[in-house]
Amino acid sequence: MRALLFLLEKEFRQTFRNPAILRMIFIMPAVQLLIMPLAADYEVKNIKICVVDQDHSQNSRLLINKITSTNYFTLVDYTGSYNEALEYIEKEEADLILQIPNGFERDLVRENRAGLFLALNAINGVKANLGGAYLRSIIADFNGEVMLSENTIPYQSAIPGITIAPANWFNPLMNYRYFMVPGILVILLTMVGAFLSSLNIVKEKEVGTIEQINVTPIRKSDFILGKLIPFWVLGLIILTIGLIISRVAYGIVPAGNIGVIYLFSAVYLVTVLGLGLLVSTLANTQQQAMLLSFFMMMIFILLGGLYTSIDSMPVWAKYFTKFNPVSYFIEVMRMVVLKGSTLYDIRFHLLKVMLFGVVFNALAVWNYHKRN
Amino acid sequence: MKQFRYLFKKEFLHVWRDRRTMLILFGMPLVQILIFGFALTNEVKNSGIGVMDLSHSATSAKITDELKASRYFDLVEMIPDHDALLTAFRDGSIKLAVVFPGNFQNELAHDSRSAVQLIGDATDPNNSNTLIYYATAVIMDYKDRPTAGTGMPMVIKTDLKYLYNPQLKGSYNFVPGVIAMVLMLVCAMMTSISIVKEKEMGTMEVILVSPVRPILVILAKMVPYFLLSAVNIGCILLLSVFVLKVPIQGNLMLLIGECLLFTITVLALGLLISSATNSQQIAMLISLMGMFLPTVMLSGFMFPIENMPVALRVISNVVPAKWFYFIVKSIMIKGVGIKYIWKETLILVGMTLFFMVVSIRKFKTRLE
Repeated sequence: MRALLFLLEKEFRQTFRNPAILRMIFIMPAVQLLIMPLAADYEVKNIKICVVDQDHSQNSRLLINKITSTNYFTLVDYTGSYNEALEYIEKEEADLILQIPNGFERDLVRENRAGLFLALNAINGVKANLGGAYLRSIIADFNGEVMLSENTIPYQSAIPGITIAPANWFNPLMNYRYFMVPGILVILLTMVGAFLSSLNIVKEKEVGTIEQINVTPIRKSDFILGKLIPFWVLGLIILTIGLIISRVAYGIVPAGNIGVIYLFSAVYLVTVLGLGLLVSTLANTQQQAMLLSFFMMMIFILLGGLYTSIDSMPVWAKYFTKFNPVSYFIEVMRMVVLKGSTLYDIRFHLLKVMLFGVVFNALAVWNYHKRN
Repeated sequence: MKQFRYLFKKEFLHVWRDRRTMLILFGMPLVQILIFGFALTNEVKNSGIGVMDLSHSATSAKITDELKASRYFDLVEMIPDHDALLTAFRDGSIKLAVVFPGNFQNELAHDSRSAVQLIGDATDPNNSNTLIYYATAVIMDYKDRPTAGTGMPMVIKTDLKYLYNPQLKGSYNFVPGVIAMVLMLVCAMMTSISIVKEKEMGTMEVILVSPVRPILVILAKMVPYFLLSAVNIGCILLLSVFVLKVPIQGNLMLLIGECLLFTITVLALGLLISSATNSQQIAMLISLMGMFLPTVMLSGFMFPIENMPVALRVISNVVPAKWFYFIVKSIMIKGVGIKYIWKETLILVGMTLFFMVVSIRKFKTRLE
């Protein structure tokens, strides 16, 4: 016990005397939480549209006005032909082409049906998908107005009119930041836990100071605890800073109990620290440790559901996310912060992360040898 | 020249003999391509939805069947009351709820119009939006069915064409980004670390007192990583063509040329980092925070640049990966020629020269 206290003193001194680490404690959460949510805005808006109006009729003008008056679409240009419009897409200056063919109004009135043509730049699938859906609903609206204005209503009463009232719960303003910020907090804790702890131990290996510790009577468990506890404390400090920043900068007040967040974070930190420890027993140089933890973190974070939803992943990837502590924490964070889920709602998440913690730490301790 | 050969051999063996690092450097692009190509889709599918049917009517039952049959939704859970609805949202089992009010059938019969409520879990706003669109489409489809073909007046039919990526695959967007990310990692991070390591270990001093010219020291450090990146680029392109089925529409030689140009840009960046720092940890942090994160965030392959605030949009212009991403996307997917990308190429060349000059001038031949 006394040995552990001395070790802790050493580690805390070493950590807090390193200006680079101190700077990181404050700068990393600030930079990540202030810049990332601004950049990570997936919301589909400002769709750039190029119109090929070959009809030049009253209806085509009305339709164009209706489209450009919404704030989803920005009109780039009118062109005379489809090929000129395609040029805009190739130069990445437009996302979408709407072609109103010659005779649109005439067909609409005489033949009772007319066609429109939409071409979308689909390299970015989400944008194409949502952009197409928005535009089609505007066109459908326009179609309804045309029918009404031409007084061809008799059919209207014949069909059952089911209207749809959409509502968005938990985030009624559809603020994308509410979605990203809790997830970014998780990434922060993960990076602190996995990176810093693994680098710290490997540095002792690389510089050779681990020899000195190995020849002392300090027990294996004391050494490991002495390494883990400072980073555990550091992680909770960063979480606190992160929560304050998200409150001040984004007005995000957790809907659930803040104690639940801390409890889960405390358990989660033990898990990622165990992972960092495991990496440090596998690597001999800082370069290796860095690459190895980066490699693992990348997989965990990408498959953690921060940017893309886990529901949409293929089956094998879904199985993988069952073994991914990051995905549990991201889910819990969003549930507690946005939906106000309780400890009871997240009990299985907590148990699983605890289990991972035990496994990772056990593997790491088993793999750490005081002898070379 | 002979000096250079020896130095090159030393550096090459350094890299070659560190098998663990080699394994990761080659495993990384493979795993990234697989994850980005197969696991990450922005498409919304297989979401769990809930139906709260308070009207227990024939129409609502039919619409529920339609929802069950739709391929967009994975699991349809019947929800008895409001409390159960809240619980289902809270424990995350449903992402969308369809609510039929108690007087749904009555209103429909008497007033011939009634409302269905769609409640999306807007924790993820895009997901919620998309699910509401899907459900709306299913319900509208049901509504329009009896009248279809009965000669409705003035129907506007919209034909839709998805250019370049008709199946809306996520990998089209990701492959060019993965190339940029891997190069950032291999070239910028590894080069800077390997130079700083010599400083930290003190072996730099040994090299600096030898008669070798500093420029040769630097070149010898860069060449092995350049070769490694070239192999990596080849692997990524082969994987994306044969495994992900992302075709290369444009000129292959042009594409490879641009990739090599970007490799040199990034190597120069790594050199710049190494001349600015003395410790490996700092070099790593700079390459992660200062290089890698901006590459992921501001190059446009993960997040759309046009949505960002003005300040970030301006900053994104100094991120080399942004230009590279644009170039690769244009050549690979749109199949356009140099005519459309000469400006971006010139910007990259300019950046490379700038980094080179600054870092060589900053490279110290003396240790303080």
